[in-house]
Amino acid sequence: MFALVDCNNFYVSCERVFAPQLAGKPVVVLSNNDGCLISRSDEAKQLGLKMGEPYHLVRPLLEQHRVQVFSSNYALYGDMSRRVVQVLSGFTPGVEVYSIDEAFLDFGGLRLVEKDLLAYGIRIREAIARATGIPTCVGIAPTKTLAKLANRRARLHGTHGVLLLETPAQWRAALAQTPVGDLWGVGRRYARKLTEMGIATGQQLADLPEPWLRRHLGGVVGQRLWRELHGQPCLAWNPAEWADDDHLAPDAASRHSVTCTRSFGRPQREEAALREALATFAAKAAEKLRRHGLAAHLVTVILGTDRFAPAVGPATHTAVVSLPTATQDVALLTRAVLRGLRQLRRPGVAYHRAGVLFSGLEPAGKAQLGLFAGTAADQQRSQQLMTALDKLNARFGRQTVRLAAAGVGKQPDGQPTPPAWAGRAAYRSPLYTTAWHELWTV
Amino acid sequence: MLASLHGFIAAAHLTTRELPLFGCPIPAGFPSPADDHLDAPLDLTRHLFRHPASTFLARVSGDSMIGAGIHPGDLVAVDRALRARDGSIVVAVVEGEHTIKRLQLRAGLPWLVAENARYPPLAVDRDLGLAVWGVVTHVIHALAPEGAGSGPWAAGR
Repeated sequence: MFALVDCNNFYVSCERVFAPQLAGKPVVVLSNNDGCLISRSDEAKQLGLKMGEPYHLVRPLLEQHRVQVFSSNYALYGDMSRRVVQVLSGFTPGVEVYSIDEAFLDFGGLRLVEKDLLAYGIRIREAIARATGIPTCVGIAPTKTLAKLANRRARLHGTHGVLLLETPAQWRAALAQTPVGDLWGVGRRYARKLTEMGIATGQQLADLPEPWLRRHLGGVVGQRLWRELHGQPCLAWNPAEWADDDHLAPDAASRHSVTCTRSFGRPQREEAALREALATFAAKAAEKLRRHGLAAHLVTVILGTDRFAPAVGPATHTAVVSLPTATQDVALLTRAVLRGLRQLRRPGVAYHRAGVLFSGLEPAGKAQLGLFAGTAADQQRSQQLMTALDKLNARFGRQTVRLAAAGVGKQPDGQPTPPAWAGRAAYRSPLYTTAWHELWTV
Repeated sequence: MLASLHGFIAAAHLTTRELPLFGCPIPAGFPSPADDHLDAPLDLTRHLFRHPASTFLARVSGDSMIGAGIHPGDLVAVDRALRARDGSIVVAVVEGEHTIKRLQLRAGLPWLVAENARYPPLAVDRDLGLAVWGVVTHVIHALAPEGAGSGPWAAGR
């Protein structure tokens, strides 16, 4: 049996934990760069505010109804997510983190010990609410696809936000009330195609023979979907593995690339600003590489012009630099990124976003030594330097130690100057749980 | 130089899983006689965060709990998973704001009481579960003021 636990209106819920006066009030959270709505409280949903609506378009409505607006505070949400997952892992060893606010639990042989899975689900929900203040819903079923379905329906049809679909009759009844496009694994294109064929509900889809799904829904993917809908689990299971400091280390082998991209608060033309931005992104992405124990061969630099301006040619430009040996050393990776930038940048053009993508990944330390790669002693020094860098940044704060290329300005309070290219975050709440200088105050 | 920097960081940031590599990275010279007897240095976080998922750190503003040894500017560890009892120091939500007070049962009714005569006790007027955010488990009070000039390595000594 599997459970899918997801947090209700997660970003808003995180804000409410530290701002209890917002309970019962309409609240929204904006995306990166304060672009659009990415989380809404129930009260905000009732006002007709839709997911993804651009902020500047709904601003009059928000002001009219005195909706509380927050910029995204990912440091906070990431920390709260970590705590929720920690609570979950107390209920079962098999936890697969699906996204920042959803996780699958593999109950495995739990049935032998816990006869009443519904009660167990309710205990999970209460434990999360107690430990973190985050409200959740739980769906429990024999497969991940059905668990996701159960979770979706848990709010309205569950008991205290928990829904158990144990028997074929139960999950068929649930499927009968679910539009086929709402099933996990049926994308918009397939949903349209199916509805045109007269297959409107999940039950109608499940009633078709397995070979039909195989033929019409993408081969083995369709076949897996049929089995999942019939209570036969066959999707891959990627459990979290606890690494240092209780940080999750998602299955490293499945990563194909590590990226860091951002939209700029204001379009940037100057080489110096672009260099600083890209060096910062390179540092963040290199840190991600090291955290997952990976090294990269290929460095892609991405620059984007205004997507919405009528223009000739594509809005996104890339340059790829290939390295003689895979590395996770920030200095080597940054040098490659800046080389790529020099090739890519056209003078006078205003860029709206930039990023780096490291690919050609392999486990660090297993890289084949190239002729020109430097000696083993150099590699050991580089590794020691990177370890020290990561530990200092973990202890004293992100970006405490970095290459000068990533920017050196400091404000009077000792914090690094926000760079010219940084995105807008006009309404961000304090970093309540992750920064000493913005700690929650009581 | 690099070897000594690495040594410092390794000592300061140990997890309880690792044993420190105090052995010299260059395989020449004498091994330390202490190498076989090393214990991991004490980890304060394990002591403070008995329940890491539900424990939050907060900074205290105000002097309402000064009688309990909790001063403005102190750090407190607040655990949401503990049940508040008569006499627990808690972080409570009063009129939408967080406040740190002692929970007391008076004639069976819950009150939030300050440890400073200047602050009157408050009756808890709603569900205790809603009013109590978490239980304060530890307070960290710095005896010397933080900042430059307070360490033995400060300039001018």
